[in-house]
Amino acid sequence: MKRQNRRDFLKAVGCGAGLIAAAPAAVASPDASPHLNNEELGMLYDATMCVGCKACMSACKRVNNDGGNLECDKAPFDPDSKWDAPEDLTGNNRTIIKLYKESSTSFSYVKYSCMHCQNPACVSVCPVAALTKDKQTGVVDYNKDVCIGCRYCQVGCPFNIPKFQWDRALPRIVKCNFCISTFLKEKGITACADACPTKAILFGKRKDLLAEARLRLQQNPDKYVQKIYGEKEVGGVNHLYLAGVPFTRLGLPELPEEAPPEFSEKIHHAIYKGFIAPIALYTVLCLIALRNIRKHGKDEPAPKVEPAEGK
Amino acid sequence: MHHDDFQKHEGRIFTKSFFALLTLVLIGVYLVGLRCVKGIGAVSNMSDGFPWGIWLTYDVATGTAIACGGYAVAILVYIRHHMHYHPLIRSCILTSMFGYALAGLSVMVDLGRPWNVYNFFVPSHWQVNSVLFEVALCVMAYTLVLMIEFLPAILYSIENSEWRRLREFVDRLHPTLVPDREKLLSRIEKVRATAGWLRPKLDKVLIFFIVLGIALPTMHQSALGSMLLIAATKLHPLWHTGFLPLLFLINCIYIGYSMVILESIISSFAFKRPYETKELSGLAGIIPWLTVIWLSVVVGDLVYRHQIGAAFRFDFYSCFFLVEFALVAIGSVLLFSGKNRGAPRWLFISAVLIVLGGALYRFNVYLIGYNPGPGWSYFPSLAELMITVSIIAFELLGYQVLVKLVPVLPKIHLHGHGKPQEKTGTQEKVNHSPEELLPGETLTMKQKMSK
Repeated sequence: MKRQNRRDFLKAVGCGAGLIAAAPAAVASPDASPHLNNEELGMLYDATMCVGCKACMSACKRVNNDGGNLECDKAPFDPDSKWDAPEDLTGNNRTIIKLYKESSTSFSYVKYSCMHCQNPACVSVCPVAALTKDKQTGVVDYNKDVCIGCRYCQVGCPFNIPKFQWDRALPRIVKCNFCISTFLKEKGITACADACPTKAILFGKRKDLLAEARLRLQQNPDKYVQKIYGEKEVGGVNHLYLAGVPFTRLGLPELPEEAPPEFSEKIHHAIYKGFIAPIALYTVLCLIALRNIRKHGKDEPAPKVEPAEGK
Repeated sequence: MHHDDFQKHEGRIFTKSFFALLTLVLIGVYLVGLRCVKGIGAVSNMSDGFPWGIWLTYDVATGTAIACGGYAVAILVYIRHHMHYHPLIRSCILTSMFGYALAGLSVMVDLGRPWNVYNFFVPSHWQVNSVLFEVALCVMAYTLVLMIEFLPAILYSIENSEWRRLREFVDRLHPTLVPDREKLLSRIEKVRATAGWLRPKLDKVLIFFIVLGIALPTMHQSALGSMLLIAATKLHPLWHTGFLPLLFLINCIYIGYSMVILESIISSFAFKRPYETKELSGLAGIIPWLTVIWLSVVVGDLVYRHQIGAAFRFDFYSCFFLVEFALVAIGSVLLFSGKNRGAPRWLFISAVLIVLGGALYRFNVYLIGYNPGPGWSYFPSLAELMITVSIIAFELLGYQVLVKLVPVLPKIHLHGHGKPQEKTGTQEKVNHSPEELLPGETLTMKQKMSK
């Protein structure tokens, strides 16, 4: 163990130096999509460091309970709701730790929460701009006072992150917003990252997180799957993952590199650019209809005398 | 416009079917109340994986297509200039109006936070990237346009009604409750005069609304297809294509014509009027050309995207795709034969096939081909289905009542048949009693009534 540690340390120093030198080049690398903004805020979750204590979950709920809006998810053995025991992301929680277990020795935790996409589908589809992406921080936030509850964001999100409160008369969409109006404002960090005892959750700018992730991948090539999940998925997301088991097993789907809004907006805008096509359509139809009516009047010289019919 | 193309259907309003439909509507009202108190989850099986269930898929995505008769016939009458279809248009507009208004109603049931809907009219919240924004505004505008298009019929009725029922009612109340009978009657006269003043004015500008009523569905029906473009990773590749808007547009037009055929045959049957076979076979001649274009786009697109193999994998998705494809294709093949187009039975059967196929296409796109990932499944709950059923019941109820109150159905003498064909198959089942088969008599009664 010791020897390995020393070796790792040496490797880290070497690679770290190399990486720092290479970092600017990596950020400006030509393969990066032109839309990528690595100055945005993000989180890096390292599944190999997570011990599954769920401190992040309780911290998140304590900070973001929306004036008591987030309730407890009852466990079947607990009719009094003494514990908060969600089985998945629900309308009552913004983040959750889950366990993927292959055998008693081989397992991995995984944390779900909003991925804060660079080009978020939920923001693209929201008809009333209740979901917005902050230009500076890149945080995808939700405004309940505008939301109409159409749930198009749920249809659009490739990660199935936004959750709806199905059991409420006055339901909301619930999703992580990097504590933008609560903990982040006060402490400059998200509650989950702050609470994590093993530093499995890092909070910072996307470029720093990417550099750190690359460093870890190089330091411990055997420990990790050689991929930063979220670096390129759906046009890049700001919540990045490192893991020791394939990401699909952790419930993180294999996704294309193109952001879904790029495809849909391309088609939608082609039809409605400047509202020219609809106006042209209306004008042409009007001209045809008016010509037809005039023609019809000529065809039938005896016009219909409307007032006569009622008498 | 030409009010003499239409007539009221004489008959009692409070029939057995009226009360049956009313019961269904009341059940729906109760369930909607439950939904308002206990949340959407209390009545529906929708989940975070399937956030759109049967309400959106049937009531909105499919219901508006089924309600496209008004749109499809308006194209024919005002753009293609086939004026002999004009007698059909008012009943088509009525069903379209109900279809769209109730689609709007079920959206309000489906929306989680309907009290925020006013944000559609707040410019700072407009979100032009969202297909739903476009659909919502277009559907609202179109519902309004349909109401304006239908207004002449209502104004005509107000103007020409004797207000007999109201008078009788007032007479009964007179001694104690209605002190100033004369004032009330003069007020009625005023309403009648206003209606008479407004109607010719409206008739003059009506064509601009009618054309708007053609432009708006072209926009939002294609946009209903664009809605699922975003679900690139969730909608099965058999259906997820850049051609979704085009496919939805053509789809709604052929569904629209087929529905006109169905509605006409059913209402002829239910109200014991002669079949409008001549007009309908003309409509039926258009349908197969539209479906052939549609089917070619579907196949061509699958070949282009190298997904044609997925169609013949005979798994869950492929089966639904093949059923949808076969229904539309068989219906169209039937309609290519001129002989079939002349027979109400075959018109009915092929129209049913095409409507089912076209509707299944929309179900496939919105629900069946939609897969949010492992662990999610959806099948509508009974309460959820009942709300949809009650909305359909409300639609039928409204149609049934309104055709008896305002001149909607085509005037019988215009069709020159006098009597329905007696040798067609559908007729054998009808088993009319002789007095039911006398449209001439209805007409004379009608003329008496109007005089």
